[in-house]
Amino acid sequence: MKVRVKFFAILRERAGTGEVMQELSEGATVNELWQALQKAFPKLNVPGIRMLYAVNQNYVGANDTLHDGDEVVFIPPVSGGCPR
Amino acid sequence: MFRVQNDPIDLNELVRYVTDAEAGAIATFIGTTRNNNEGRNVIALDYEAYPEMAEKELARIGAEAAQKWQIQRMAIVHRLGPVQIGEASVIIAVSSAHREAAFAASRFAIEEIKKTVPIWKKEVFEGGEVWIGTQTGQPLTQR
Repeated sequence: MKVRVKFFAILRERAGTGEVMQELSEGATVNELWQALQKAFPKLNVPGIRMLYAVNQNYVGANDTLHDGDEVVFIPPVSGGCPR
Repeated sequence: MFRVQNDPIDLNELVRYVTDAEAGAIATFIGTTRNNNEGRNVIALDYEAYPEMAEKELARIGAEAAQKWQIQRMAIVHRLGPVQIGEASVIIAVSSAHREAAFAASRFAIEEIKKTVPIWKKEVFEGGEVWIGTQTGQPLTQR
């Protein structure tokens, strides 16, 4: 199966592209996709970064299963700003 | 009205949108670009979004606020791209029958925006640039 991955912000810069189609085996999880992407784009490994995951524009867990045609986005920390 | 846009945000457009005959209050919040952060002289901020999901999350925040407080109408517009010092990066407007709900809902909205809406901010400062939030390894709040 194939999924569409979109990169934004720091991940877009590190991947050097905003979008990639990734081939995965059936039943692959979000986390397995991330492992595959890190092999394809070694610079995606940002030390200490904590991310959220979105599939088809909804937040999901790292162990959720992907399906053919899914749009997956890895969400690094959002604009945050000061907590005060 | 829940939107991201590259153009400057027009406060009056949001106020007109939330104006309601049954409202006795309109609260507005404007988030602006500050010229300093953690000791750095900031030149500009550059915002990037996952636009479809950002607008969906903004609408989700509006729906949640409407469940928590008796509000009439709500508008949230977030700017994308480079935003110069002193300009608005986000504006929230809320109308309600009584002022308490409008104040509470706008406060809630800005706090939520900073947690769950996929919009990222690159700070351009004297001597470099940095994606805010990614250096500290600070985790996002998972809903």
